[in-house]
Amino acid sequence: MERAIRVLVAKPGLDGHDRGAKVIARALRDAGMEVIYTGLRQTPEQIVQAAIQEDVDVVAMSILSGAHNHLFPKVANLLREEGVDDVLIIGGGVIPDDDIPGLIEAGIEAIFTPGTSTKDVVEYIRNNVKR
Amino acid sequence: MNIEERLLKGDKRACARLITMLENNDPEAIEIIKRLYKHSGNAYVIGITGPPGSGKSTLTDKLTKELRKRDKRVGIIAIDPTSPFTGGAILGDRIRMSDLALDEGVFIRSMGTRGSLGGMSKATWGATKVLDIYGVDYIIIETVGVGQSEVDIVKTADTVLMVMVPHLGDDIQAIKAGVMEIADVFAINKADLDGADKTQLEIEMNLDLNEKSDYRPPVVKVSASRNENIDQLIEKLMEHRNYLEKTGKFSERRKRNTKLEIIKLVEEELMNLIMDKALEENLLESLSEDVLLKNLDPYTARDKVLKLIK
Repeated sequence: MERAIRVLVAKPGLDGHDRGAKVIARALRDAGMEVIYTGLRQTPEQIVQAAIQEDVDVVAMSILSGAHNHLFPKVANLLREEGVDDVLIIGGGVIPDDDIPGLIEAGIEAIFTPGTSTKDVVEYIRNNVKR
Repeated sequence: MNIEERLLKGDKRACARLITMLENNDPEAIEIIKRLYKHSGNAYVIGITGPPGSGKSTLTDKLTKELRKRDKRVGIIAIDPTSPFTGGAILGDRIRMSDLALDEGVFIRSMGTRGSLGGMSKATWGATKVLDIYGVDYIIIETVGVGQSEVDIVKTADTVLMVMVPHLGDDIQAIKAGVMEIADVFAINKADLDGADKTQLEIEMNLDLNEKSDYRPPVVKVSASRNENIDQLIEKLMEHRNYLEKTGKFSERRKRNTKLEIIKLVEEELMNLIMDKALEENLLESLSEDVLLKNLDPYTARDKVLKLIK
């Protein structure tokens, strides 16, 4: 069965820096994935509804504003509340090392910080999608 | 509750999952559509097409909001191109529809063309059936940005809206065959820009040359980003719907489209059948080798492939 991995690339919160998200989106496209790009300044609720309607395998979020400790877990919680348990949630951006364990605890399964190779992200997704 | 019952009850996740299954050619999804098909046919399908960057997504967003004011539930299928090299895609139509994400009466699905060339994707038709059974009143299909000949939308939509913008070419463009012929309603978007009147004139002049008919596609100037004249555009779309329904052309059109859909499904299945067999026997490889060496011509090669299923 032909099957493309579908990834929602989302920018939660108020920062307008989407270069990183676009680079990731392009790398995933080149790896044969379908990337649903939602644009800037999305609320966690919007991200969750888009993830459900698009039936994605992965929710990939990027934050450069420092609000990751609030917004990433909120998305993970809302997805759980909606009964979505087969989506891989990952995050990226300028995120201090000290914050990473807490985010992983909250259900963000991997955090990619500046300097990560796009190849690593692609490989991680391929190896960890849940269906 | 299984996915079938959940879809009939209007469950969002069931709707989303079934569309995915259809996109992946899952035989189970096809069985489900077979069983639920009798529940479809209630949604009215509007196809929106036009060149890249003409504002189809923004217009879809504004038209949907107008339909929501009238208490109609809306399903949106937004199609963007799939890479012919990697199979990947960037589906970016949702960017213009952010406000709709939280509206319970709206369901938006982005699709990649996945090899289809007519402006749609192979699973678009199936996705409209799923949304229809899920329970929306209107389905808006937004095609990929089209050039001149991608006219598949007309085979699925009840009403085709062609979005034009000023300054795309001279009046010869307007009389060329192809996408300009399939419109039931024209919208000239970005009408706040200079040149909109000229574009309108060119389209109208072209329409003047059409054979006499009791329906003439209206041309409406709008600005989607400024939300101008959207209500007037909706009126024109509704007038087309009324026209089809009053004159009996609605069922005529659906019958024609059903016929085309059956042909397409047969084509697909035949191709799968032949290609599977040809690949299995490595026939394609050896035939193309022979054709290259001039031991064989392509027509004889074709006959040999077709023999596999005769």
